[in-house]
Amino acid sequence: MSNHEYTPSSKFGKWFNDRLPLLTLANHLTDYPTPKNLNYWWTFGGILTFCLITQIVTGLVLAMHYIAHADMAFSSVEHIMRDVNYGWLLRYVHANGASMFFLAVYIHIFRSLFYGSYKSPREIIWILGIIIYLLMMAAAFMGYVLPWGQMSFWGATVITNLFSAIPLVGESITTWLWGGYSVDNPTLTRFFTLHYLIPFLILGLVVLHIWALHVPGNNNPVGIDIKKPSKDTVPFHPYIVIKDAFALLMFCIVFALFVFYQPNILGHADNYIEADPLVTPAHIVPEWYLLPFYAILRSVPDKLMGVVAMLSAILILAALPWLDTSKVRSAVFRPLFRQFYWILVADVLILGYVGAMPAEGLYLLIARVATAYYFAHFLIILPVLGWKEKTTPLPLSITEPVLGGSPNLAAARSDEKIEKTIK
Amino acid sequence: MSDQKDEKKTNRRDFLFTATAAAGAVGVGAAVWPLVDQMNPDASVKALASTEVDVSSMQPGQSLTVLWRGKPVFIKRRTDDEIKKARAVDINDLKHPEKDEDRAKNPEWLVMLGICTHLGCVPLTDKGDYDGWFCPCHGSHYDTSGRIRKGPAPTNMEIPKYEFVNTNTIKIG
Repeated sequence: MSNHEYTPSSKFGKWFNDRLPLLTLANHLTDYPTPKNLNYWWTFGGILTFCLITQIVTGLVLAMHYIAHADMAFSSVEHIMRDVNYGWLLRYVHANGASMFFLAVYIHIFRSLFYGSYKSPREIIWILGIIIYLLMMAAAFMGYVLPWGQMSFWGATVITNLFSAIPLVGESITTWLWGGYSVDNPTLTRFFTLHYLIPFLILGLVVLHIWALHVPGNNNPVGIDIKKPSKDTVPFHPYIVIKDAFALLMFCIVFALFVFYQPNILGHADNYIEADPLVTPAHIVPEWYLLPFYAILRSVPDKLMGVVAMLSAILILAALPWLDTSKVRSAVFRPLFRQFYWILVADVLILGYVGAMPAEGLYLLIARVATAYYFAHFLIILPVLGWKEKTTPLPLSITEPVLGGSPNLAAARSDEKIEKTIK
Repeated sequence: MSDQKDEKKTNRRDFLFTATAAAGAVGVGAAVWPLVDQMNPDASVKALASTEVDVSSMQPGQSLTVLWRGKPVFIKRRTDDEIKKARAVDINDLKHPEKDEDRAKNPEWLVMLGICTHLGCVPLTDKGDYDGWFCPCHGSHYDTSGRIRKGPAPTNMEIPKYEFVNTNTIKIG
C-alpha cells in the first residue's frame, strides 16, 4: 500500500510490526496523501462510517431488549420506549439514524455524480458503493418490519410480493421468503436475523471500498490526476481528519434535531398500530429514502415491467462508468453536463415527491415523465454528451489555478496542450 | 515423450479433475439444500391448511372476512343484482377472462382470497368503479365477481379450494 518504508520507532513496535504490520497500516492511513482542494462534499465518507458504527452500536443494544416474535415484537418495542433505561433514546437514534445514513449516502452519491468520481480508474470503488447502497436498502427495509406495526407488515407484504412478478417461479420464491403463505412469524424471525447480519457485510464492503480508494487516491473537485506525494496533496492526518471532524459535528447537530425534537416526523403514524393481516392501511408508502424507486415501480402499469424498471433504476448506476463517455471527470469543466446534472437532481426529487402521493391523475403522469427522463439521462444524454460536449480547459495541476500567472505555466497552457489533456 | 503419450496423460488427469469437481458439486449441493429448504413453510404452517366457517347468519349482500393460512378470505353472499351484474359482463372485455359461473359455482356465494394480485394488499369491499372491491394501495378495481377491471393488478382475485360441508358450513382448503 504505502510507497515508502515505515519503521516503528520503539523496539517493541518494530518486533510487533515485523510479525503483523498493523503499524504500517496505521502509518499509511495517517500519511495517506490527499488532494488539498477537497471541499466539504468530500466529508461524507467519514460521516457515513460514523452512521454505520452508530447503527451497529444502537442496534446491538436494542437487540438485547427486542423480541422477534409476531405476538411480542410490537409490545417489546413499546417496552423499549417506555420501560428500558434510555430505550426511547436508543430507538430514536437507531430509527432516525437510518434516515441520516441515507441522507448522507445520497449526498455522497450525488457528489460522485457531479465530480465524476465513478470514472476510470475508480470504477471498482463505485461498484462496491452501489453494492453497499443495495445492502443498506435491504437492511433498512427489514429493520422497518421489526416493530411489527401496520406499515411494517404491509410494507413487507408489498415488497416481498415484488418477487411474485417473476415468471413461473415467482410464487414459490415468495412462499420461500415468507416461510408460509403470508407474511407471518417465520418472516419476522428471518428478517431479524438478516437485519442483524447485513451491517457486518456492509462493514466488510466498506473496508474494500476504502482499500480500493487508497489505490488510485481520492478524486478531487478539479477531477484531474495528481502525482502523489506532490505539492497538490496534504497528509490525511491532521488536515482531512480535522475537516471531517468539523463536518461530522455539523451533521450531528442535524441528527440531534431530529432525535430530540422531531423523532417521528420521518416515520408513519400507522406504524404505531399493531400489524393486522385483515386490514390494509389506506395509504401505503415506504420510507422517504425509497420513494423515488417506489414512484418508478408505480409509474409502469404492468406488474413485472414495474419491478424490472425499479430494479434497473438502481442497477443502471453500476454501468455508469461506461455509460458516461466523457474523459473529463469534474462537472466544473463540463458546462452542458452541469445543467443536465441539476435536471437529474430535480428529476429524482420530483420522483420522490410523487412517490409519496397517490398513483393517479396528474401525479401518475408526472411520475411517468420523470421515470422516462431518469432512464434517458443515463442511456441517452450521458453517452451523447461524451462526444458532443465542448469542455472547458483543464488546469495542469490543482495548484495552478491558484498560482496562475506564473510565466512557465502560461506558456504550457497553449490550446494544443489543452486538447491533449482532454483527450 | 511422444505426443500420443502426452495426450493420454492429460486425459487421465482431466477425468480425475472432472470426477472430483462433480463429486464436490454434488456434496456442496447436498449440504446447501437443507440450508435453503429450511426457509420453506414448515410442518406446523402446513398443518393449518383448512378452516371451516359457519355462514348460517349471513344475509344477502353481507360479506365476511376470515383468516386462512394467514391470509384473508372474502365470503360474500351476493344479491341478485350483484349476480346479474357479474354475469352480464362480456368475457372478452376482461383483462383476465373468467366466467362468473366458473368463479362462483353456487351463484349466491362468492368465496375468494381477499388479496390484491398486484402486491398483496387487502382490497376494500363494496368499493370501486365496479361496485365490487377496490385496492387502496395502488388503485386496482375489481367487479362483483372479484375480477380485475381496472388498475395494475394482473389477474382476478384467486378462488381457493373450498366446499359446502352442509348448507351452513363452508370448508376452505
